[in-house]
Amino acid sequence: MPDDTARAKDKAKDGLVTCDACPVLCRIREGRSGACDRYGNVDGALTRLDPFVVTQQVAEKEGDLVAFGKDEWDGAMIKGAPTFVTGIGSGTTYPDYKPAPFIVASEYDGVDMVTVVSEGIFSYCGIKVKIDTDRFVGPETAAVRVGGEQVGHVTTAEYGSQMLSLGGVRHLTGGSKKEGTVTCDTMLKLCSGEAVEMTVDDGARLTVEAGRPPVINDAQEERMRVGCGSATIGIFAKQWHGHADEVIVVDDHITGVLSEHQAGRFLGMDPVGIRVRGRKSTPGRYFQVAEPGTGWGGTDITDPLSIIESVNPKTAWPGLRLFMVSTTGEDAAFFVLDDDLKPVAAPMPKPLEVVVERIGENCEPALSTVLFMAGAGGSLRAGVTENPVRLTRSVREALTRVTCGGAPVYVWPGGGITLMVDVTTMPENSFGYVPTPALVAPIEFTLRLDDYAAMGGHMDAVRQVEDVAEAGRLKSVRWHDQAPWPGAPLHGITKQA
Amino acid sequence: MSPVQPFGAPPVGAILSGGNRRHFQHGPIDLVIEASGAGHEVGRAYKQAWARFETILGELVGELPALRAPLKTGGPILEGTVARRMAAACARHGNVFVTPMAAVAGAVADEVLAALVAGRTLDKAYVNNGGDIALHLSRGSSYDAGMVSLADAPQAEGTITIEHASPVRGIATSGWRGRSLSLGIADAVTVLAHSAAGADVASTLIANSVDTDHPRIERVPAHDLDPDSDLRDRLVTVDVGVLPDAAVIDALDAGTAAAQQMVAGGCILAAHLALQGEARTIGAAPQAALTGQAETNIATRRGTGLDKRRRAWPT
Repeated sequence: MPDDTARAKDKAKDGLVTCDACPVLCRIREGRSGACDRYGNVDGALTRLDPFVVTQQVAEKEGDLVAFGKDEWDGAMIKGAPTFVTGIGSGTTYPDYKPAPFIVASEYDGVDMVTVVSEGIFSYCGIKVKIDTDRFVGPETAAVRVGGEQVGHVTTAEYGSQMLSLGGVRHLTGGSKKEGTVTCDTMLKLCSGEAVEMTVDDGARLTVEAGRPPVINDAQEERMRVGCGSATIGIFAKQWHGHADEVIVVDDHITGVLSEHQAGRFLGMDPVGIRVRGRKSTPGRYFQVAEPGTGWGGTDITDPLSIIESVNPKTAWPGLRLFMVSTTGEDAAFFVLDDDLKPVAAPMPKPLEVVVERIGENCEPALSTVLFMAGAGGSLRAGVTENPVRLTRSVREALTRVTCGGAPVYVWPGGGITLMVDVTTMPENSFGYVPTPALVAPIEFTLRLDDYAAMGGHMDAVRQVEDVAEAGRLKSVRWHDQAPWPGAPLHGITKQA
Repeated sequence: MSPVQPFGAPPVGAILSGGNRRHFQHGPIDLVIEASGAGHEVGRAYKQAWARFETILGELVGELPALRAPLKTGGPILEGTVARRMAAACARHGNVFVTPMAAVAGAVADEVLAALVAGRTLDKAYVNNGGDIALHLSRGSSYDAGMVSLADAPQAEGTITIEHASPVRGIATSGWRGRSLSLGIADAVTVLAHSAAGADVASTLIANSVDTDHPRIERVPAHDLDPDSDLRDRLVTVDVGVLPDAAVIDALDAGTAAAQQMVAGGCILAAHLALQGEARTIGAAPQAALTGQAETNIATRRGTGLDKRRRAWPT
């Protein structure tokens, strides 16, 4: 396999090749490798020798998937299994204008395909973290720090989740050297599935790990809320009816009050006159009943009665049954009004307990999820085609599939090739870094061979997948069954279709 | 996209599976590093190690001609700290043919370990440079390494446990099948010494001494394999057929004599020599462990390109 990362400067007599992959400049005789064992002289050509990763679809046998992964798979190639060559370990050729390290032809259901395989060095890259919690992690735009260095910020909250935006070119290379190093290290850890502890200015201390529950101020989050307070009322109103005269669902976003809520009206309930604090939105829905925090429903309260502003003696009555619950069911309390209309704690009736449990059951497990985001719109494209904009257009027109380590990515609309990928769908050890600092990640472009030729692809550098496979330097990892096969065409007719 | 460094691929670091170990690679240098202790101390330790690692290859290359030449009194003064570690380790062996390159792997491991632990409080740490290992052990900690004599069929044949109280802080293995060229026929010589550089050069020299004359041993001049080899036209081993018992014993006797001299001279603490199923242990090694049949699995270093070539791994 001739390799272009390190160029053979001279092919002197005696069959010597001088490797310039590193400053040692080994002169390598034919059939030998250099001091690193990574590059060798194969038939007079400088060749990369160390393993890179292919992902393989496990063959279906009588309808059953062979259960790989149960036993330790030694990483050897499975003969005959559909094989996709990933960029992991493939190296890179840019910023030079020459073909990517591997341009591999394959066949998918009778369609000739080609995959251009490379590792990208991404200065423009970042991480979007979604933390499933209603707890307060910090004000929007607040700085997120690791070891005191700012590595990102809190961004717009999403449904049931707090969001962080980390990394990015400004922290990587726009600040101090230390800021860049810490940012790079933080991203590498998060992308590699490691836990990272971080702090938010005027906010919480967080431990984030891809695919694991978040830890907020030393408390592990267990559940995502079932919905906002109003939605919780809407879902469970009927199940509470007859067992409580008023239900208040405490939520940092929208606190719901059943007897005033549309759902209560449908059940023939009249407002009982228990007024909660905060700003009324629509009937039975209140904003800002308390400050954000790590108490009930993502508020700062630990005593639910503290959100009750007043009880109207004209409509409330002694003996009124008041039920209060959070949007995850983690907190719940039952009260009965005494003769002075003061709520007094009382044992919770069984039917209400059942619904508290059901709220919990309906909450998704809380996770931190990590999406790697990077731009491949620059010189990396030159490794694919002599006319880089054609690659961008081809991705845009859904002719070319972009993957990272074989994993599916989302490509943002608009200019360039800006992608996002769930790091947990990528093979282990997909990421590395260079001291620039920047992250190194695999990237593959897969398209029909005829489309590749039309694009001005490096057709003379295309090799057969078998030739790559026979090199015996590949490590095979099992393909995720759930993900689309990265080697399949995005358009046109296959035998199966 | 960022520009790559002007000359060759830059040093690259990665987190290995499991999360705590690091892999640093630059050109021919491949380090697997693990530090354990309090999280913030470990984090700072890795940063210190990386900062030192970044420039090591460039420093070595700058002095490569001197490092490939035999040590001579009055020879060129070496500048780099790694180069000086190499020369110092070789100088202890007196009047024998050796160039500082015989200690390069161990010296790099020692240097990066020194940077890793400087000013830090760590329970333990190691820097494994392709099988040549530098150790840091705090009170109460110990280090287990699995030993392999046939790199092509790696199975742990014994384990070595290094306790804090032991003076051993370096482990290295040499043999003719390894990445470096050897004048001898040893399958593997594993040496325990005060430093990785000391172990590295000693294992190289003992492996050179495990030798005998026999037609089934094939040798070629070193420069036929590597035109820049520090061994020049000396004959190096490229194949060893199955040898009669007498030849095996003869070769092991020669290696044992060399190892005993080094133990007596204080250069090394122990050595284990393996050749075609026979083995010798010299010095105050944890003998039971060295000769015992261990059940330890050798951890494969996937993705580092090291799997096949080197022989002593942390377990």
